Amino acid sequence: MRPFTYERATSPAGAASAAARTQGARFIAGGTNLLDLMKLQIETPPHLIDVNGLGLDTIEATEEGGLRIGALVSNTDLAADARVRQDYGLLARALLAGASGQLRNKATTAGNLLQRTRCPYFYDTAQPCNKRQPGSGCAAIGGFTRQLGVIGTSEACLATHPSDMAVALRALDATVETVRPDGTARALPIADFHRLPGDTPHIETALEPGELITAVVLPKPLGGRHIYRKVRDRASYAFALVSVGAIIQSDGSGRVALGGVAHKPWRVEAAEGEMPRGAGAVAGALLAGARPTRENAFKITLVERTLAAVLNEARG
Amino acid sequence: MKFDSPATTNPIDRLKVIGQPLDRIDGPLKTTGTAPYAYERHDIVADPAYGHVIGATIAKGRITGMDLSAAERAPGVLAIVTAQNAGTLTKGNYNTAHLLGGPDIQHYHQAVALVVAESFEQARAAAHLVRIDYKAEPGSFDLHAAKGAATAPEPNDLTGPIDTHVGDFPRALAQAPVRLDETYTTPDHSHAMMEPHATLARWEDDELTVWTSNQMVAWSTGELATTLGIPPEKVRLISPYIGGGFGAKLFLRADVVLAALGARAAGRPVKVALQRPLIANNTTHRPATIQRIRLGAERDGTITAIGHESWSGDLDGGGPETAVGQTRLLYGGANRMTSMRLAVLDLPEGNAMRAPGEAPGLMALEIAMDEMAEKLGMDPVEFRIRNDTQVDPEHPERPFSARPFAQCLRLGAERFGWDRRNARPGQTRDGRWLVGLGMAAGFRNNLLMKSGARVRLDSRGIVTVETDMTDIGTGSYTILAQTAAEMMGVSMEQVRVVLGDSSFPVSAGSGGQWGAASSTAGVYAACVKLREEVARKLSFNSADAEFVDGEVRVGNRTARLQEAAADGDLVAEDSMEYGDITEKMQQSTFAGHFVEVAVDSATGETRIRRMLAICAAGRILNPKSARSQVIGAMTMGAGAALMEELVVDTRRGFFVNHDLAGYEVPVHADIPHQDVIFLDETDPMSTPMKAKGVGELGICGVGAAVANAVYNATGVRVRDYPVTLDKHLDRLPDVA
Repeated sequence: MRPFTYERATSPAGAASAAARTQGARFIAGGTNLLDLMKLQIETPPHLIDVNGLGLDTIEATEEGGLRIGALVSNTDLAADARVRQDYGLLARALLAGASGQLRNKATTAGNLLQRTRCPYFYDTAQPCNKRQPGSGCAAIGGFTRQLGVIGTSEACLATHPSDMAVALRALDATVETVRPDGTARALPIADFHRLPGDTPHIETALEPGELITAVVLPKPLGGRHIYRKVRDRASYAFALVSVGAIIQSDGSGRVALGGVAHKPWRVEAAEGEMPRGAGAVAGALLAGARPTRENAFKITLVERTLAAVLNEARG
Repeated sequence: MKFDSPATTNPIDRLKVIGQPLDRIDGPLKTTGTAPYAYERHDIVADPAYGHVIGATIAKGRITGMDLSAAERAPGVLAIVTAQNAGTLTKGNYNTAHLLGGPDIQHYHQAVALVVAESFEQARAAAHLVRIDYKAEPGSFDLHAAKGAATAPEPNDLTGPIDTHVGDFPRALAQAPVRLDETYTTPDHSHAMMEPHATLARWEDDELTVWTSNQMVAWSTGELATTLGIPPEKVRLISPYIGGGFGAKLFLRADVVLAALGARAAGRPVKVALQRPLIANNTTHRPATIQRIRLGAERDGTITAIGHESWSGDLDGGGPETAVGQTRLLYGGANRMTSMRLAVLDLPEGNAMRAPGEAPGLMALEIAMDEMAEKLGMDPVEFRIRNDTQVDPEHPERPFSARPFAQCLRLGAERFGWDRRNARPGQTRDGRWLVGLGMAAGFRNNLLMKSGARVRLDSRGIVTVETDMTDIGTGSYTILAQTAAEMMGVSMEQVRVVLGDSSFPVSAGSGGQWGAASSTAGVYAACVKLREEVARKLSFNSADAEFVDGEVRVGNRTARLQEAAADGDLVAEDSMEYGDITEKMQQSTFAGHFVEVAVDSATGETRIRRMLAICAAGRILNPKSARSQVIGAMTMGAGAALMEELVVDTRRGFFVNHDLAGYEVPVHADIPHQDVIFLDETDPMSTPMKAKGVGELGICGVGAAVANAVYNATGVRVRDYPVTLDKHLDRLPDVA
């Protein structure tokens, strides 16, 4: 861990402007990912801005009938909220499928969205990684890729986004609210929030330097059956090989988002039109253009089979 | 004391204390966090300096340049140890690679420097400032690619013979009406113990004391002296509490050497814990294997030909994974062959991990037996019992000392409800789940090691046991106390046990499941001597003296035990060693493992539903701690079956998933229900305790039992461990 300076922010706009003042500054909330990365010198921020004192830890109803989730609401509190459990079951289930109880107690809503990939080469600073050190190359390509992405990958990066929560938010069409260093607020659709790696895999979101997430807004409840299926080698405390988040209406229409396959939670709205033709058709449209490796080609089959099981469960 | 004839009745047979399911006497220390582990000896050194290890970032090659200047100037830095400034270091006999590398690099994450600083954070930060240039050389990293060039290794005590042949295997196989010829693979495994390797080192003049986490105190004391080139009597090694070892801490490792060198360089005590991301590549691992098994049998299930070949790899100078060992002893069959071949790989060095040899060997053999049973149309339990043997099949003049193997399997089948298994795979459904039952034999030899102890009686009647034996979470403290309590006729409260100090008598140490039987026998021997001392002091005829309830009795005469120590402590020291009794008879331990799994019909995820082990391991000294050993081993076996794999990057030559996020071991949710039953058995050929090892038996066969259950659930046979969903996903039965 390199020496760093530290301050406690007192207002969201103040936090954002403080972040813009120091190149490479990072916000810290739960620290469940950032501190690990700093110990390994994968992240070496010269300055930390502690946002834990900003409030932003409540869940409130919006005028549109949805919920505004403060950026600092813990994963535990969010999953346990009665309104979330009743109207956004997909979100509660996705949260509870992730991490462990101890980590969920510390991890925040915004931090969850901003967590870094778990690609093993990203974690080994002796290995080239374009995400960790732009331009150094990608050791994963041609290496151990079983866990890595199958679609939206690039010649520079095969990493996946590890969040379960983000998959649910993508299916729910959440909006990410932010404040910029100049004090202006904006709202980003979750679809535009995470980026594909392209040739800049170190740039993972649409956030501008210093921009601070203040809330995640859920639109009004969609109804339907909410199902989150996370597939993994062990029964708990493991990242998804593949996950399927689905909201299925009684008429058979619905939404589907995937985790564990791409650099962002993966949803293709057009694929949802294939729902009447079944899981194979939906999965085919979702993963059209996928470029899996020999080691992770099973994820294509796994998505289709898991989606079929989810649709089956929704009908049952 | 020498054990060279079968044990007769002795004070242990009273079973007032031995055989009781007593709580661990060290339990309160551990559950309150007050057991002092090596890295936490604030009681000894309040203000140590901290070392941070730098591992090589190439797999093979040379260091061409090292720039320490920025690190040396960093805040708090006291010293930097490298091969250039460490002086001459001699490689220990148990190590394959040097513990401090440079300029030659033998494997990835081989330690190349230790940065010592006032604080841990300063040492870690400065370590990142060390600039090292390497010239990488091509290496051999892929066992499958190197298999063809593998050669027969030199035999030694650990390997036994490299090749064995009995009868005419090729001919018998060719003539057998039912045959099997399959190849199985097991991956490299990491011990993944909770406590990393850790050491606090202090020099006082030319005398070195290390507080460390090590299973074999005497071995490692000697190896440390050898490595540093100092007399062994100048080294004291203390290892009273160990947070898991599983074989990873049998030997001297880099933490000890570097802490000692760091302390010398810094001129003050230094402590070092290997960083978690280093452990997979810096330390030892269980080597991967490729195993070919050929079986031939008559239609009635009698095996006529049994052949087992295993290939593994290691650094030049290393040894093979002895995966064929159990196949020499487990089943009968007139025509037999086994063979081990070793490839040179430039991966980190392989070595023992819980049940070396048998654990991966049975993962292969016991799938093969399941496959053969199916070919024969026989029940897998009956097929194994049909081929039971009461003698060493390669040396029929050697009987087993005890072999209730068939009882293990029959009792297991009965208790588990084996008769409910559908022999046709892929037939049993429970909602979305495909359900299957599987079983496998467990087998592990009973190894005995010379073991010594010192026992002391004081005027309060307290009996103190001192031995360099270790407790790696197994319950050594408790069973040694039970042994002394039984022998001296006192309660557990009257016994103190002090372990893991090289100034104490040399014990068997903890490894190879020899610890419990061997170390209790050593305490037994010392107690026999102490009893004689007590009787002499009290002017009793020692042969007739009974030690019971804190008293010594002969006929009508009774004395309180502590009277013997009224004018000074009585101390006795002895060790137990073994004659040729183990050569005349084969001593082994046996198990039947039964597993029920459910496989998700859509995703192929396997979830274990219940596990049962029936174990025969002689007298069970403490059923509670023995059960803990077995369920822990079953959990490790489940991990080997379903998820554990050190993944080799065959281009770059290292284990990629080198932390506990990437190397998955089972969590609670993976292990819902476990049962263990011990057969009520004594083995008077083992030791006066009539006990054998059990800590490794528990893992032997578990992997195959799980794999066989998965096959029974799905009908898809997976022969490459771990049995992960991607290996059967596209062949799962259609569930409409």
